[in-house]
Amino acid sequence: MPLLPLAGGAIIALVAATFAFPWLEFVLTLAIAKGLAALGVAILLRGGLISIGHAMFFAIGAYATAFAMRDFGITDVFALILISAVISLAAGLLIGVYVVRYRAIFFAMLNLAISMVLFSLLSKFYGVTGGTDGLRVGTPTVLGMVLEAKAVATFLFYASIAAMVLAGFAVNAYFKSPLGEALSAVHTNEIRLEYLGIPVRGVLLIAYGLSALLAGIGGTFAAMTIGHVLPDMAYWTDSGHLVLVAVLGGISGIGGPFVGAVFLELVHTLAAGVTDAWNMIVGTALLGVIFFMPKGLIGFIRPAKKGDAA
Amino acid sequence: MTVLLEAKNLHITFGAVKAANGVDLHIDEGEFLAIIGPNGSGKTTFLNLCTGYIRPSEGEVYLDGKPITRLPPRTIARKGIARAFQIPQLFLDQTVLTNLMLAIASREGLWQMGKALDRPAYRDEAMALLAMFNLADCAPTLASTLPEGRRKLVDIAIALALKPRLVLLDEPTSGVSALERFALMETLMGALRQAKVSALFVEHDMDVVERYADRVVVWEAGRVMAEGKPETVFKDARVIENVIGVA
Ligand SMILES: Nc1ncnc2c1ncn2[C@@H]1O[C@H](COP(=O)(O)OP(=O)(O)OP(=O)(O)O)[C@@H](O)[C@H]1O
Ligand SMILES: [Mg+2]
Repeated sequence: MPLLPLAGGAIIALVAATFAFPWLEFVLTLAIAKGLAALGVAILLRGGLISIGHAMFFAIGAYATAFAMRDFGITDVFALILISAVISLAAGLLIGVYVVRYRAIFFAMLNLAISMVLFSLLSKFYGVTGGTDGLRVGTPTVLGMVLEAKAVATFLFYASIAAMVLAGFAVNAYFKSPLGEALSAVHTNEIRLEYLGIPVRGVLLIAYGLSALLAGIGGTFAAMTIGHVLPDMAYWTDSGHLVLVAVLGGISGIGGPFVGAVFLELVHTLAAGVTDAWNMIVGTALLGVIFFMPKGLIGFIRPAKKGDAA
Repeated sequence: MTVLLEAKNLHITFGAVKAANGVDLHIDEGEFLAIIGPNGSGKTTFLNLCTGYIRPSEGEVYLDGKPITRLPPRTIARKGIARAFQIPQLFLDQTVLTNLMLAIASREGLWQMGKALDRPAYRDEAMALLAMFNLADCAPTLASTLPEGRRKLVDIAIALALKPRLVLLDEPTSGVSALERFALMETLMGALRQAKVSALFVEHDMDVVERYADRVVVWEAGRVMAEGKPETVFKDARVIENVIGVA
């Protein structure tokens, strides 16, 4: 299939760019971290659900990393990713059991509300969470090796690419599986699904758990890359950005959220140096996408396929 | 004859309308039972009650002698009752083929990670079903772009894909021209007979009922007004006056 070489080419381009501009390494690692979370949001969009609270799982992944380091002395990067993944998945299933009963605006608002509760808990419980100052995240070790910060940053960049590729394949397989197709079907006809004997809430809960897992993995990468976690990671504007990134990039496939995240992060970094109007640039880009490219930015590189819903 | 499904004294009221007003009805294993009755007499409501979509305020529904009255539709579906709707219920954003393969996957067990829905076994089975209804050329079409008459057939095919013990068909021939009606029923009844599926169908066409129903039940104002073999029931003066006259 022609998509694989395309994606491969894009990844090689990303890597090459960091050789030309080493400062890009940090920006791109963060972009991919947010892309993972946006992919989570895109999964729910398949089922017709918009979550304006998914930054909470990004924050849960990030804080899980910080706590594991501070309170349990765990420093290995793989152990930290695994712990954060398990905790964000568990949080996703727990919150999911409750929110998948709701649809449309109620679902969106419930996610928002829960994320705001988490935000204020993180901000207020100074003794545990460091309050609005957040927590420091030290430089992790890699399989027992203590590397200098620069080497770890580079390692995290490549690890995030690996995570992106793995997540891409996994989510692609999920979308094509019976469960993934059932998720798309929730969007158009819950009654028929029930009459096929398919539990709609179960289908949505799995999607929700998976989306929380991806957001949490994004969060742990962000925590280790930035070296700091803040309550702001759970703030609703960040959740809004994840939805924006997913729609901007294109929700029809796997690549979209990552294309959107890299675009947003680059515009942010480049334009913020020149003007503080970067939000306007992003807003205009989003308008352009909505009006002219319903498939998102990825529609540029990925030709329309037969069977794609227009 | 063993009784497959039995409804006892079902009641449900919507506002001032008594949509079920003491319904007593049973269907035997292997039977083709037709329901006729004027518009708004509660035929669709009865199917909703049998499948757990709405719950009666009074009365019980039994499958194999066990109550299923308070179970949700998905549980009742898993017990072998499939339904085709008066207004077709399809997954509009997906292709006709995917619609059918989802039904097959549901029957075979949905919880299989890592395997694609689109696999040869499912595809072949779905295509065979579509071919039976002359829908093979619609397989790659998005369900939302199908004309109404074909949606109706796809809806029936989905119900059959579940390989049910009993299928409830709400006006299966309503989207089909009078000319094609018998051909459709011929195909449908042939398939049901072969798979030993019992069927309950709501039908307005008296010729279809006469030809294909083992027994017919006449509905009026939320209850059964007459029942029996089509040839006897159709001679009943009350039925002629109240139902056949207006249908
Ligand atoms: N969910 C509901 N809420 C309110 N009223 C309802 C509901 N379902 C059915 N009704 C009313 O109950 C009555 C019976 O409706 P039903 O659809 O069962 O009739 P029907 O015999 O299937 O008619 P038709 O031949 O037109 O399909 C109608 O008056 C209808 O308006
Ligand atoms: Mg009806």
